[in-house]
Amino acid sequence: MSSLVIRGGHLIDPSAGVDAPKDILLKDGRVAEIASPGKLKSANGAEALDATGLTVAPGLIDIHVHLREPGQGYKETIASGTAAAAAGGFTSVAAMPNTTPVNDSPETTRWMLAPERNATVRVFPIAAATRGSKGEAVNDFAALKAAGAVAVTDDGHPILKDGIMRETLAAAARVGLSVIQHAEDTRMTKGASMNAGPTAFKLGLRGMPVEAESSLVERDIRLVTELRDARVHLHVAHTSTAAAVAAVRQARRNGLRVTCEVAPHHFLLTEEHVGLYSTNAKMNPPLRSAADRDAMIEAILDGVVDAIATDHAPHATHEKEVEFENAPNGITGLETALGLCLRWLHREWKVPLGRVLSLLSAQPAALLGLKGRGTLAVGSFADVVVFDPKAEWTYQAAQTRSKSRNTPFDGWSMQGKVRWTLSEGRIVYTGE
Amino acid sequence: MNATAAPIRRQIHPPPVPPSPFPYNPGSMLSVQDLNLEAVGYLLSRATELEGMDPLVRDRILLKRRIALLFYESSTRTRTSFELAAKALGADTTLVSSLSSSIEKGESLKDTGLTLRALGAEAIILRHNSSGAPWLLEQCTHLPVLNAGDGMHEHPTQALLDLRTILQRLRHGADQVDAGTLAGVTITIVGDILHSRVARSNMLLLPRLGAEVLVCGPTQLLPEVTATMGPGIRIERDFDAALRRSQVVMMLRIQAERLAGLQLDLEEYKADYQLTGQRLASLAPEAVVMHPGPIIRGLEVTAGVADGPQSAILDQVSNGVAIRMAVVERALLAQEGRV
Ligand SMILES: [Zn+2]
Repeated sequence: MSSLVIRGGHLIDPSAGVDAPKDILLKDGRVAEIASPGKLKSANGAEALDATGLTVAPGLIDIHVHLREPGQGYKETIASGTAAAAAGGFTSVAAMPNTTPVNDSPETTRWMLAPERNATVRVFPIAAATRGSKGEAVNDFAALKAAGAVAVTDDGHPILKDGIMRETLAAAARVGLSVIQHAEDTRMTKGASMNAGPTAFKLGLRGMPVEAESSLVERDIRLVTELRDARVHLHVAHTSTAAAVAAVRQARRNGLRVTCEVAPHHFLLTEEHVGLYSTNAKMNPPLRSAADRDAMIEAILDGVVDAIATDHAPHATHEKEVEFENAPNGITGLETALGLCLRWLHREWKVPLGRVLSLLSAQPAALLGLKGRGTLAVGSFADVVVFDPKAEWTYQAAQTRSKSRNTPFDGWSMQGKVRWTLSEGRIVYTGE
Repeated sequence: MNATAAPIRRQIHPPPVPPSPFPYNPGSMLSVQDLNLEAVGYLLSRATELEGMDPLVRDRILLKRRIALLFYESSTRTRTSFELAAKALGADTTLVSSLSSSIEKGESLKDTGLTLRALGAEAIILRHNSSGAPWLLEQCTHLPVLNAGDGMHEHPTQALLDLRTILQRLRHGADQVDAGTLAGVTITIVGDILHSRVARSNMLLLPRLGAEVLVCGPTQLLPEVTATMGPGIRIERDFDAALRRSQVVMMLRIQAERLAGLQLDLEEYKADYQLTGQRLASLAPEAVVMHPGPIIRGLEVTAGVADGPQSAILDQVSNGVAIRMAVVERALLAQEGRV
C-alpha cells in the first residue's frame, strides 16, 4: 500500500496528550511516524496533503447510528450511511441492530461486514441482546462477538424484564461485551410522541415522562450493583434527562462501570423546537425541557458523559411527511455532529477543542474497546479527520450524502469544515 | 449539585427556536392563536352581517367556488354546520370522509390534500383524529385550511361560536371586542379537559378578552399542567365552588374513545361533576349553560338542564353556521386581499 503525509497541520490527539504542530506519515493503513514540522524521517516520495491552518485529529467515532441495512435500504444503506459519516469526519460507526431482520445472528453481523456492502468507513455492528429484540430470550453473545459484534443492545426497545436484563448483563460480561440500554419504560410511554409537559399539553399530544427514562436507568444500575462483577459494563444510550444523568453520575461515584452518551440534539434543542408538529424534531427519547437540556450540557462539562453519539436515524421523506403522532422517530446526524459540537460546545460554551474531540473519538473508542482507533499514536489505524476549525458554513440537508434528509439542523450555521477524512490511510472524503 | 454547576448554567445561551412558517395561507384558520382580537372582532361582526343578508345576495359571494370537507372522524354537527355555511355563500362543497375509498386504502393526508387541490378545491375544511394534522395539510397544499377539530388539540371555530354565544347572552351581542370585553366574567369549563380540543381553543381565546377561565374536573381528566396553558386559567376542582362564581358554565363530554386505559368511576364522576337542576338553581341560577355536543344526557348534564331556560346549547348550534360563514368567506377572500 502507498503512504501519505499530512503536513503543516495542528495535531490534536487527546488520548496521546498531543496538541501541537506536527507532520504525520501514514503507511499501509497505519500511523507510521509523527514529527515536528519538516522533521519526518521517512516521508520521501509519499503523496502529501497540505494541512496548513487545519486541525488534524483522530477520525471521529459514532457509537450510535442506524445504517438501516439489511432490509431498509430505501432509508439508508451501509454505503450511503458510511459516505455521510465520512463527510462528517467519522471513520468508525457502530451500527444498531434494529434492521430487517433484526441483527441477532452471526450471519447478519457478517453480512453487514462483507465487502459487498461498500462501506466507506469502518462499520462495527452492535448485535441484538435478545432474539428479535423482543426482550424475551438472550442471544448467544460469544457467537455474535466472534462474528464481529462489539456490543449488544435492543435499541429502539428497552430490555424491560428484570430477569432478562440481569441475564444480558451477566452473559455479555462473560464474553467482554458492553450492554447498551435504550432506557425507556414503555409502560409509561404508550401512545406518546413527545416529552410530557406543558408543550405536549398545548399541542394535544400524549407525553413521555422523564421518569420513563430515569426509572429504567435506576433499575439497570441496581442490577449492575447486585451482579457484583467488575466485568459488567452498562452503557446508557442517548441520555436525555437530568435524572438519568444524575443516576449515572452516582453510579460512577459508587465505582460501577456505567457510562452514557448524549446526542447533539439533546444538548442543543428542547421540546420547543417541535414548533407546530415538526416531525424532524420527533425522536425517541424526545426533545426535553430546557432544564434537561441544560443538564446535558453540564454533564458534558463535568465529565459524566463519555461520548457524543448522533443516533443517526434516517427516514424517507414520505415517512416523515405524515401526522406527528404517526411519524417514525429519529433524525440524521452524521454530517452535523462536528459542526454543531464546535459551534456550540467549543465556541459558545468554551469546552476545550481537545475535550470535544475526545468525546467524539478517544472516549467512544475506549468505551467499546475499539483497539487502535480514536488515537493517532504511532501504530494505530490511519483514521484521520482534517478540518478547518475556524471555517463557518451552513448545513444544507439537500446536499447530504445520506439517503435521507430528516434533520432539524437544515440551514443551521456550523463551525469547523472537514477538508479530508481518511479511513485506514485512504482518503474517503474531500471537502472543498 | 456541586458548587461549580451554578455559574456554568448562567453561561448557557442555547440556540434559538426558529420562527414559525405558519400559516402559509392568509385564509387559513389552524388555531385561535392565528387570530388577533381585531380579526376576532371582524369575524364576529361579519357573521352578524352574513346572517342578516338576503340569501339570494349572500349566495353570490362564493358562487361556484369549490370547498372540500375532509373528515377523518365522523361528525354530524360540525360537518353539517360548515357545509350549510359554505352553501349559504353559494360555494360548491364536496365531502371526503374516512369511509372514502382513498382514505380506507391508506392514502396519506398529503396525497389526499394534493388530489383535492388538483380537483380544483380552493380551500379544505379538515377534521382529523390526529393533533396537528391541519398544519401538515396546509404545509403540503398551501391552500387555505380550516381546522374543524384536530385530535385533542384545537377546534377554533367552536371557540368563536362559543364566544358569540357568550356575547349574545352577557353583552347584548356586541361584536367589537378588546382585552376588556369579558372583564369580570368567570367561565367554568367542566369535565374531560385533557382530551378536549374545545377546551384548549376556549382556554386560548377567552382570557384574551379579559375572562377568567376556571377549569374543573378530576385529576385524570384535568392534569395540573393545564394551568400552564396561558394566563387567566385556574384549576378549581370543587365544582360547587366554581359554579358559585360562574356566569358561564361549559360542560364537556367524557371522550371514552380517548381514555386509553384511564379508569374512571362514572357514578363518582356524576356525583362530583354532573350539572343537575338542583346544583344550577342553588349555586348559579343566572349562569349560561353551554355544551359543544354531542351531549350524553344523564352523564355530564341532566336532561332538565340541557333543555332548561339557562341552556344556550341550541344557540351555540345556530351561531356555528353564522361564524363558519364568516370563516369560510375569509378563507377564500383573504388571499385575494378582499377581507
Ligand atoms: Zn434508542
